[in-house]
Amino acid sequence: MQLLLFNASNGLIQGVFYALMALGLALILGLNSAVNFAHGGFLLVGGYLAFTLMPYLGFWGALIAGPLCAAILGLITERVLVRPLYKRPDPIYSLLVTFGLALVMEDAVRTAWGAEGLPFSIPDWLNSPISQFLFFVTRYRLLVIVITVVATLALYLILRFTRIGIRIRAGTRDLETVAAMGVNIYALRAFNFGFGCLFAGLAGVLAAGILGLTPTMGASLLMPSFVAIIVGGVGSLVGAMLGGLVIGLASGITTTYYPAASEAVIYMIMAVVLVLRPRGLMGEEGLFE
Amino acid sequence: MNRRAAMIALWIMLLTLPWWLPLLGGYTALGTKVLVYGLAAIALNLLMGFTGALSFGHAAWFGLGCYGAGLTLKYLVPSTPLAILIGTVVAGAAAAILGPLVMRKRGIYFAMITIAFGQLFYFVAVRWNNVTGGEDGLTGFAREPIHLSGLSLDLENNQLYYLVLLLFALGTAIMAWLLRSPLGHTWVAIRENRRRLQFLGVRNDWFVWAAFATSGLLTGMAGALNALLFNFASPQDLHYTLSGNFAIMVVLGGMRSFWGPLVGVVIFVVAQDYLSSLTRNWMTFIGLIFIAIVLLFPKGILGMFQRRGRVT
Repeated sequence: MQLLLFNASNGLIQGVFYALMALGLALILGLNSAVNFAHGGFLLVGGYLAFTLMPYLGFWGALIAGPLCAAILGLITERVLVRPLYKRPDPIYSLLVTFGLALVMEDAVRTAWGAEGLPFSIPDWLNSPISQFLFFVTRYRLLVIVITVVATLALYLILRFTRIGIRIRAGTRDLETVAAMGVNIYALRAFNFGFGCLFAGLAGVLAAGILGLTPTMGASLLMPSFVAIIVGGVGSLVGAMLGGLVIGLASGITTTYYPAASEAVIYMIMAVVLVLRPRGLMGEEGLFE
Repeated sequence: MNRRAAMIALWIMLLTLPWWLPLLGGYTALGTKVLVYGLAAIALNLLMGFTGALSFGHAAWFGLGCYGAGLTLKYLVPSTPLAILIGTVVAGAAAAILGPLVMRKRGIYFAMITIAFGQLFYFVAVRWNNVTGGEDGLTGFAREPIHLSGLSLDLENNQLYYLVLLLFALGTAIMAWLLRSPLGHTWVAIRENRRRLQFLGVRNDWFVWAAFATSGLLTGMAGALNALLFNFASPQDLHYTLSGNFAIMVVLGGMRSFWGPLVGVVIFVVAQDYLSSLTRNWMTFIGLIFIAIVLLFPKGILGMFQRRGRVT
């Protein structure tokens, strides 16, 4: 029982990271019409820069600075690499450009910080477990969940109530009409891309405190995030979030009973969802069909 | 006329490759690798370029072909032709079974699902240690000599090259023939205007499925040959990085041309071979090549020479 809870909680935390990644990916997929293959790279940038800045800014400062750096890099990337591709209707190009960028970013991180894993030290008081029985539930893990909830809530409020958020949602539906109404869609799309990368950076900092930092962590978190979007349903941010939590939890539970299948189960869930409910849990019918 | 001359020149070049490649500082195995990857890339282009379905998970079929052939040689029968056949059929069957899950999807979503499915096979290969050799890859098998009514082939260097060339010719001939058939024209029509075809009463989904399964089958054949070439099957043959490499080879050569992907393969394989011996940061260079190709040569190398409006 304790083992099951232990693995389930590990899985849930993994799921939180998948969900944060998937949220950013889904935002970019919606308005920028691009699969951001370099999302794992932005996660790395967030995590590693937070690691480097921590001695100067402290833990809380790094927690904010890491994602911000990822977002700024995202803005630059959008301007230089993604924007020239909007006028090409074939989505293969943005996929390949971000794929290439992902390789460059991973290699750059490996060159700058080394291929070995780095420990990301969090304050001691955060590392203590909350009880003897639930020895694996540390304060840090609770903090991760709280931050994720706050960030998601903030995203929801921004999309729901602010002018820019409403424009993002409208642009996802019908970009041409939004442009015709006088909105600068280039600025909007740039902002949206940066916003998506902010979430990748946040996932990077939070994941670093639990998994440590390795140059390959971005790539290994990226694929499950794709699955999270497919399971949750394209076009739904809530779905992406839910998908991430579901596959993380399923993977964790599988670890208890049959560890060898803990990764494969994620992709099997995707297959089952595609058979039973092709649009995903909360996806809209007919999108991309 | 011009086109026919180019074709004759291409085949003469391929047939005489073992003689002239060493003079340029290459080695025959590099030529064999180009043919193997070329077959896979042309098969991918059947889907990507001609049907307009953006498959980003072709390493899955390639790797299944590798493991299918390798496992056959190791555990079932020591027979090279059977290994190729089984590797090909396994990949084709897997593509045919998974096809219905993706055939209705379009664009980026199609790409995302195919990438993710590729990872399923990757993790099976990595985690099913005692059968597949796990992270280290499948070893302990070797291509067996072929005995043909008195003729015995040991399948070393040049003989292997010609076996691969024969199957490469077979695979490309099938694809060229399909593309000229009504089926192939339907594929191109799906790429050009899917909705219009739907209005005409064509069942698009199943035509996409047919392209997906055919492409998977022939990519599997390339994979089986790859396993024979190296006497090794690696999880990297299933990894999405290879899928991305296939896609960039296709784009680099030209998505709208039948032989374009082969040109892309030649450039990419030679560049990779050269860069990985030159610098530890070859990943950065490969990434920059990706970015440069997309930004500077979106039509691919053969695409730049092509007249406008030509379909095949």
